[in-house]
Amino acid sequence: MQSQLAIQATGLIKSFGDTRAVDGVDLAVRRGSIYGVLGPNGAGKTTTIRMLATLIRPDAGSARVLGHDIVKEADAVRGAVSLTGQLASVDEDLTGRENLILIGRLLGLKRQVAKGRADELLEAFGLSDAASRLVKKFSGGMRRRLDIAASIVVTPQLMFLDEPTTGLDPRSRNQVWEIIRALVAEGTTILLCTQYLEEADQLAEGIAVIDHGKVIAEGTPAQLKASVGSGSLHVRLLHPEQRPQAERVLSRQLGHVTLEPDAAALSAACVDADQGAAVLAELATAGVPIADFSVGQPSLDEVFLALTGHPAEAAEAAEDQQSEAIGEERAS
Amino acid sequence: MRLDPTAHAERELGVDQVAVRQAISDSARPPRARALSAAFTFAWRGMLKVKHVPEQLVDVTITPVLFLLMFTYLFGGAVAGSTAEYLDYILPGILVMSVLFTTVYSGIALNTDLTKGVIDRFRSLPIWRPAPLVGSLLGDSVRYLIAGVVTVVLGVILGYRPDAGLVGVISTLALVVVFSFGLSWVFTTLGLLLRSPNAVMNTGFMALFPLTFLSNVFVDPSTLPPALETFVNINPISILATASRGLMNGNAETADIFIVLAVAAALTAVFAPLTVRLYHRG
Repeated sequence: MQSQLAIQATGLIKSFGDTRAVDGVDLAVRRGSIYGVLGPNGAGKTTTIRMLATLIRPDAGSARVLGHDIVKEADAVRGAVSLTGQLASVDEDLTGRENLILIGRLLGLKRQVAKGRADELLEAFGLSDAASRLVKKFSGGMRRRLDIAASIVVTPQLMFLDEPTTGLDPRSRNQVWEIIRALVAEGTTILLCTQYLEEADQLAEGIAVIDHGKVIAEGTPAQLKASVGSGSLHVRLLHPEQRPQAERVLSRQLGHVTLEPDAAALSAACVDADQGAAVLAELATAGVPIADFSVGQPSLDEVFLALTGHPAEAAEAAEDQQSEAIGEERAS
Repeated sequence: MRLDPTAHAERELGVDQVAVRQAISDSARPPRARALSAAFTFAWRGMLKVKHVPEQLVDVTITPVLFLLMFTYLFGGAVAGSTAEYLDYILPGILVMSVLFTTVYSGIALNTDLTKGVIDRFRSLPIWRPAPLVGSLLGDSVRYLIAGVVTVVLGVILGYRPDAGLVGVISTLALVVVFSFGLSWVFTTLGLLLRSPNAVMNTGFMALFPLTFLSNVFVDPSTLPPALETFVNINPISILATASRGLMNGNAETADIFIVLAVAAALTAVFAPLTVRLYHRG
């Protein structure tokens, strides 16, 4: 009888030099679900995924993926999972079609079958027009879709997705989400690393929040958000010099107020849109005109602030990489 | 969520949900690719890259042409009395040199690959572990062959006529390519250890230049000081050049060929497992 858990990890530890990238991570992921690992850059998400996908060996701890030990039965794990890395795991110097044929052949498909499969996937993923274009000329969104297509040339039982929408525009992001939902509907288990609470909320059944290599909170998206407050009101003032006045109004109604880097902006946790509207009305009464406002989900920063008392710290190198990806997306 | 304006703004998608689900459910896992089949698939990948970026072959073809013309006409008269006679001596040597220099590019290419995300996918596939490396080098062997053929063709145009004819040419090319396959493992190891493609190039050529010049590729070592002569005579590149001259003229020593093959096997035995380990260490 197979275990009901697709991933069962206990005390995973991995250090690089003096840095302990992953410091005792436990995970339990049910088969057929999407599980989100949420955290800022440098929190240890990618290292955790790379251990589970057998790319690197843990220094300590153990994990079973689909019932196979990730160290002793690494090959069996590889035979049942696929990985979509943070840098798109496709060959830029080949065409989209060649990439898919390459993976199909490596997985053991006969030449004709691999070709047919490549065409089927290109069609389904809206990439037919770009099939014979070199991947380096793809936009960020197309590259991501191709990347995921490459991961399902042979549909895996478990798929690792490392920040699949980082750097994508909203439309491309929605396309990727649609694909992820389809995969799960067909029975694939997905481990999704993301920096966006919204993404985890949209897709995942369970979420682990990870910081400095440790899981600091775990639960359903609803539980997590409840622990943070269900959302927040962001306000940008017409006159920055009125911010102290606005801060008094907000803190009276909503409690803790965060002053944002933008000198005219501030935000506070807020239960729902009605409460937000009441605060906006009061600002108007107090003679504080606003330039714009939004009521949204708590950001990762707010989750982190609530859970750890410190904002999410982003590693600079990773930030650069992200802005680069965004740049590419825009350039195309 | 409800109030996020981007979430539902665009439902018009290039992705066809039904087709995606169909594609996902269509697939059945085939039996694993056999080791050699996986390696040949990687060789095919190498060929495709040459097809898309044919400029890669410029290095491979220009170097032998330059060296052959330069040495034959600059030094031919001085070293061997006439360009024709020197060509007879130096062509197999230049052939060896051109192909050996090409092996450094295998290390450079691997180093470049390391910075790309695709390597993670290869490493996470259920395939024979050495397949990506063996396959790339098989693909590179085609480049070695091109460098060799270019040298020979130009030599023939300049008047080179090997005594053993086509058989001589083919057996020489085969020997040189096999040796280069062994040597290229040294550079793939370097490619995985050094930080940048430039470092691989510099280190590679810094090693190969002196080794090639301190061989019998260009001059007959009998005129050299004794210590140097001894070194030149045991240099595997000399033995490879001697074997190549022999094969071209149909009078090769079996011992030379054996030594060349043994050195290639030894290099492979040491550096291939090392390369594979470094490649998969993550």
